[in-house]
Amino acid sequence: MTTAHQPSFPPPRRLKPWKAVERGLAKVGISGKALVLIAPVLWLVIFFLIPLAVVFGISLATKQFGRPPYSPLLTTEEGTVQLTLHLNNYIKLFSDNLYVAAYLSSIRIAAISTVITLIVGYPMAYAIARAPDPWRNVLLMLVVLPFFTSFLLRIYALTGFMRGNGLINQFLGLFGIEPLVMMQTDFAVYVGLIYSYLPFMILPLYTTLVKLDVSLIEASADLGSRPWQTFLSITLPLSLPGVLAGSLLVFIPAVGEYVIPALLGGPETLMIGRVLWDEFFGGTNWPRASAVAVAMLAVVVVPIMLLQKAQNAVVEK
Amino acid sequence: MAKKPQIAADTRPWRDPSATPFVRIRNITKKFGDVAAVHDVSLDIYKSELFCLLGGSGSGKSTLLRMLAGFETPTSGTIEIDGQDMTHVAPYNRPVNMMFQSYALFPHMNVEQNIAYGLKRDGLPKAEITDRVAELLTLVKLQDYGARKPHQLSGGQRQRVALARALAKRPKLLLLDEPLGALDKKLREETQFELVKIQETLGVTFIVVTHDQEEAMSLATRIGVMNQGEIAMIGEPTDIYEFPNSKFVAGFIGSVNMVEGVVTEDEPGHVRIRSSELGCDIYVGHGVDCAPDQTLSWAIRPEKLMLSRDRPASPFDANVTHGIVEDIGYLGDMSVYQVLLDSGKRLRVTQTNTVRGNPDAITWDEPVYLTWNDTSGSVLTV
Repeated sequence: MTTAHQPSFPPPRRLKPWKAVERGLAKVGISGKALVLIAPVLWLVIFFLIPLAVVFGISLATKQFGRPPYSPLLTTEEGTVQLTLHLNNYIKLFSDNLYVAAYLSSIRIAAISTVITLIVGYPMAYAIARAPDPWRNVLLMLVVLPFFTSFLLRIYALTGFMRGNGLINQFLGLFGIEPLVMMQTDFAVYVGLIYSYLPFMILPLYTTLVKLDVSLIEASADLGSRPWQTFLSITLPLSLPGVLAGSLLVFIPAVGEYVIPALLGGPETLMIGRVLWDEFFGGTNWPRASAVAVAMLAVVVVPIMLLQKAQNAVVEK
Repeated sequence: MAKKPQIAADTRPWRDPSATPFVRIRNITKKFGDVAAVHDVSLDIYKSELFCLLGGSGSGKSTLLRMLAGFETPTSGTIEIDGQDMTHVAPYNRPVNMMFQSYALFPHMNVEQNIAYGLKRDGLPKAEITDRVAELLTLVKLQDYGARKPHQLSGGQRQRVALARALAKRPKLLLLDEPLGALDKKLREETQFELVKIQETLGVTFIVVTHDQEEAMSLATRIGVMNQGEIAMIGEPTDIYEFPNSKFVAGFIGSVNMVEGVVTEDEPGHVRIRSSELGCDIYVGHGVDCAPDQTLSWAIRPEKLMLSRDRPASPFDANVTHGIVEDIGYLGDMSVYQVLLDSGKRLRVTQTNTVRGNPDAITWDEPVYLTWNDTSGSVLTV
């Protein structure tokens, strides 16, 4: 059939399929925007909230032999459902000095590492942000490059530097300096933490510093500020969001860090990540380990939420 | 070149050869790599002047301004401000303030803090800072906006905060980089006069960089036209417009009709140029530095040409040509005629619409005569 003298009709006004879906959803009160949000919300519920709830549940049980190695929360006995919540894991956290000491030590180590990473990372981020265009991407690439190697491998490699006959001591030996003891000390843990988490500090700092309008710095100089005054009154305040984001990205994982203290730290390096590991795999005390994890979450998350609230207040003001 | 009329009671220091300039720019060159953004510029600016650096993008005007502020170091040459060599002085040690094109207001400070910023650096007592800030806010009519953050202000208000901040330290010299560039037309016209008023009240020397010739013409006491890193011409707005020194300046400022011609008579009192493009001789009523048989350009502004239906008198057997109205652009206050000459050259003529709805106005496709006075055009050899 030819189409030569077929009259051309306007195309029939049919509802496009996605329009139909949209209308259907709108009838039950779901807009397209909500639909887009559903995916990440589902993801968070399935892979974050539910596991968290499971951990929280286990923390309220007691250790027992068998599979799983903890008592059930709900038991049915003669037709009644019984909910048994054991709080002794949490009580133990406060009564046993080991836990309190481990928390405090973890927070101290993480905080010191965060401050040092900030001091080391800020000038690096600033230099990258102010580098000429073709250099900037190369330098950023160099910051990210370590991630191409396994984290574990990089930490092991550090032992090659710091052990008794490692590179650093060999170098010092050339000048007749006695070998230093670095491995199995807090020093090694700090080196490991700072080395590993430096990119997490540099990247958010870089993103805020690169957006900083150079004319603001020029205006400050023009109005009589020396470079350090300009830094303190313009650059630093305007890069605070980056400082905060970078510090959180370093501090949070550093508090719960297990691998670095386990490989580089000595027996006296007390960190909550190691305590947790020992409870799970050494003592097979899942409920206790879960309680430690939940408490750690509270220790880390609550101050962060307060901090972020304060930050928002500053930004909105 | 034509002699400009001299005003008897002359208060303009640049016309006084014994006056000492306030800003002396001597043979300044700035190279970025191999490219010279500014090339061998020398410029004197006098106290209380409002000097405009006018040029297209890439003409080097902003680089010159940034060297005055101290953000760029000249490759060679010297900058002297108020008798002191400032060539290598850091920006924070210069008695100069700048108003940035983007305004560069500190986003984390409110209006008062922005204005007080430079005063705090000077270590002024708190009470004096408060007074000075209040005074400046009154000057720029923002008394009630002191507590606002920059993002809560309109473009025009931000511009005024930037001006107040730049004036806060009572600089000897204020540099303004496209001060009205970000404002819409209506606001720009209002602000323009306000800016001049403030400048006259305070007596501060202003150097304004702009690409907008109208802005330069209405603001400036003098204009420096820049082209490809060099100063093409320095002069008062009327000099620049009426007596351009080159084809570039004539073409850059306003609109202009330019034709080529050959010198046939070169006398001390007049010059005759034969132009086949124009289809007639050009009689110039003053002496010109040129040689017989030299090919040169002659430029005339559209409003200096007169249109008529009848052949006008031509006392020197010159300065009258003939064409057909090809197009008319009605702008309300005036009309722009495009006249096609017999040679194929098109001339632009403007006529003020003095008669309301004139039914007898010259219209499309009408043959017309064009004439001009013997001193209306500019003879340009470069």
